[in-house]
Amino acid sequence: MKEILSGNEAIARGAYEAGCLVASAYPGTPSTEILENAIKYPEIDCSWSPNEKVALEVAIGASFGGGRALCTMKHVGVNVAADPLFTLSYTGVRGGLVLVAADDPEMHSSQNEQDSRNYARFAKVPMLEPADSRECKEFTRLAFELSEQYDTPVMLRSSTRISHGKSIVELGERVTDLPTPVLTKNPAKLVMLPGNARVRHPLVEQSLTNLSAAASSLPFNRVELRDTSIGIITAGICYQYVREVLPNASTLKLGLVHPLPHQLIRDFAAQVDVLYVVEELDPFIEDQVKAMGIAASGKNITSLCGELTPGRLRSAFNLPLTVSAPPEKLPGRPPNMCPGCPHRGVFYALNQLKAYVTGDIGCYTLGFMPPLSAMDTCVCMGASIGMATGVTKVVSAEEKKKVVAVIGDSTFLHTGINGLMDMVYNNSPATVIILDNSITAMTGRQDNPASGFTLSDSPTTALNIPLLCTALGVKHVRVINPLDLNETRKAIAEEMERSEPSVIITNKPCVLIKRDEVFTKGPVYRVDPDECIGCRACLKIGCPAIEWRPAAGGGKKGKAAIDPQLCTGCDVCRQLCGFNAIGSVK
Amino acid sequence: MSDQITNILLVGVGGQGILLASEILSEAAMLAGFDVKKSEIHGMSQRGGSVVSHVRYGSEVFSPIVPEGEGDILFGFELMETARSLPLLRTGATVVANDLQISPPSVLMGQEVYPEGLARRIGEQFADFLLVDGQKLAADAGNVRAANTVLLGAISKRLTIAEEFWLAALKKMVPVKALEINVCAFQMGRAL
Repeated sequence: MKEILSGNEAIARGAYEAGCLVASAYPGTPSTEILENAIKYPEIDCSWSPNEKVALEVAIGASFGGGRALCTMKHVGVNVAADPLFTLSYTGVRGGLVLVAADDPEMHSSQNEQDSRNYARFAKVPMLEPADSRECKEFTRLAFELSEQYDTPVMLRSSTRISHGKSIVELGERVTDLPTPVLTKNPAKLVMLPGNARVRHPLVEQSLTNLSAAASSLPFNRVELRDTSIGIITAGICYQYVREVLPNASTLKLGLVHPLPHQLIRDFAAQVDVLYVVEELDPFIEDQVKAMGIAASGKNITSLCGELTPGRLRSAFNLPLTVSAPPEKLPGRPPNMCPGCPHRGVFYALNQLKAYVTGDIGCYTLGFMPPLSAMDTCVCMGASIGMATGVTKVVSAEEKKKVVAVIGDSTFLHTGINGLMDMVYNNSPATVIILDNSITAMTGRQDNPASGFTLSDSPTTALNIPLLCTALGVKHVRVINPLDLNETRKAIAEEMERSEPSVIITNKPCVLIKRDEVFTKGPVYRVDPDECIGCRACLKIGCPAIEWRPAAGGGKKGKAAIDPQLCTGCDVCRQLCGFNAIGSVK
Repeated sequence: MSDQITNILLVGVGGQGILLASEILSEAAMLAGFDVKKSEIHGMSQRGGSVVSHVRYGSEVFSPIVPEGEGDILFGFELMETARSLPLLRTGATVVANDLQISPPSVLMGQEVYPEGLARRIGEQFADFLLVDGQKLAADAGNVRAANTVLLGAISKRLTIAEEFWLAALKKMVPVKALEINVCAFQMGRAL
């Protein structure tokens, strides 16, 4: 049967067909939908972990227990999971283990565009790179087989265009002849003390050498000879762009990007007049080809930054680009917090209080955008709290009071807890605001340990964030309603003054949560045009439901209006109006 | 190779249902026997940002994104987003746009104004331009939320995919209770 699947859906399908028993992940664009689709197969035990390190450790345990296990994450998640990964290559596996790293060239939804292929080489782990959804499914199956055959975890590298692109896939059946998992002790292989690890390391090197040799004749690395005046080595999405833009060029399409098939590369290079490597981000393949003593070029014509497109590749090869309509300067349309978002009032207060806000990763990173403009740093998941502590170590006593860390519930549980532990341990005077909206919102509303539900939507014990903070030793923990602007501002101002660690937790859920009992839309608000004097105070929260309507004849005068379709009745704008012009529609 | 490929762009604002419309289009193309690829960026787009979905079909499709300057049909759910994507089109391309303006944050806050005369200017650049009042037609069909399906109907006649495949795709992708209204909206768009 044929279906149109996204790369992520196809990876989930591939895991199913490969007989995978366990799948674990922390959500992260563009990888999130892999687990959200794997959960549709009851044969796979799927779960969200609090972070990528735990997700990989769950998969490792499943593998050591003898079952096939899938672990998925976005590229930066591999940084968090790197610790177990680098030793997992030494232990190897029992059941096949596949780690999907979804890269985001162009940073459509990420804070950097690191190239995960470097991890494969660094951690000494084989890596496959699919070029469309069909290969996503096939390579996932293949990755499980290689994992067991070569006794190693196998990485599968996707990218935004692969994970979120869709193409036609022929579905297959699930394998049924895998051994039943059973506890088997093998400490020499699985206990990585120095004595054991010294024995394992040479085996890892030998295994990669063996795979490199075998890869020259395995079907996923494919030579397509056409016009031999130009030869191009490429992999993944770049292969599609090469075929689109240079349909006559000969190609060596790599399915395995680590280790490289040296003999196949030499043979291909010998058959073509000029050799190029076309790859996004780092010259990962190009550098290795050059190190083999083969003349090749690539990064001299393509960028180290951003993604490739057919047009960018045309430019790289000096092919003409036709432009039908020149770009016009139009107002931008950046993403925005939703109408009724409980984060809005907090950022308004932080702006008013002129706080120095160390930020974190989530929807609330949009608090950086005007008119809220209340975020001063954002580096990685969980970084806000440690950064706040660090800032207070170097600035004056008066400036220390301005430092506030802002972090979401899911990000706090991901890697923020350790920062808070440090704050208490080392008595940091900074203030932490945990924006608890009961969900991992930015990636599309995934449950987390504090939401009370699992990936399969089953009720579970909900972690109690205020109690956790108290248990960590925070003496000043307060829970506030972020939709009450006075309460919010007062609480933040008081805790900023305090010279001890303090935590403020907001308690309103994300407006997008699908469970009816969590968020209920209040009565819609409207602006009374007779009372509105056009002071624009309500525009300072940047709510998409509030529109400025200029007066006839132009100029600066006008009035505000509320779109009843978008308004959720959160009441925040009413509190900003000094003229009682905003009220609920009875 | 690419002269056998039909390159379609569906653009608008996050939350308008563009992804579902492009899913239906892709499904219809596959049912009609074509190779199909589709690409879009999710993530931030859920928060009211610009959305551009690429759909390409033909005998064999390589790139999932429409090569710059080779778009054959632009299917705009919102006027300013339609204008923003015009540079992706080839000369002589078709533009079908919903006559709808959604103000971005800078306009809502009164810092910028929504550009005037967009529809007229699009029409001047692309002779094959159809402006559709999707909201009104969808309301006539029974649900204002079916505006996308009206637009889908409007472009369906311009594509080499037979009606039966469109209806089969709608049946597969649209929830049962909304099917009748959507088929009605589709037919209204097709009649334009």
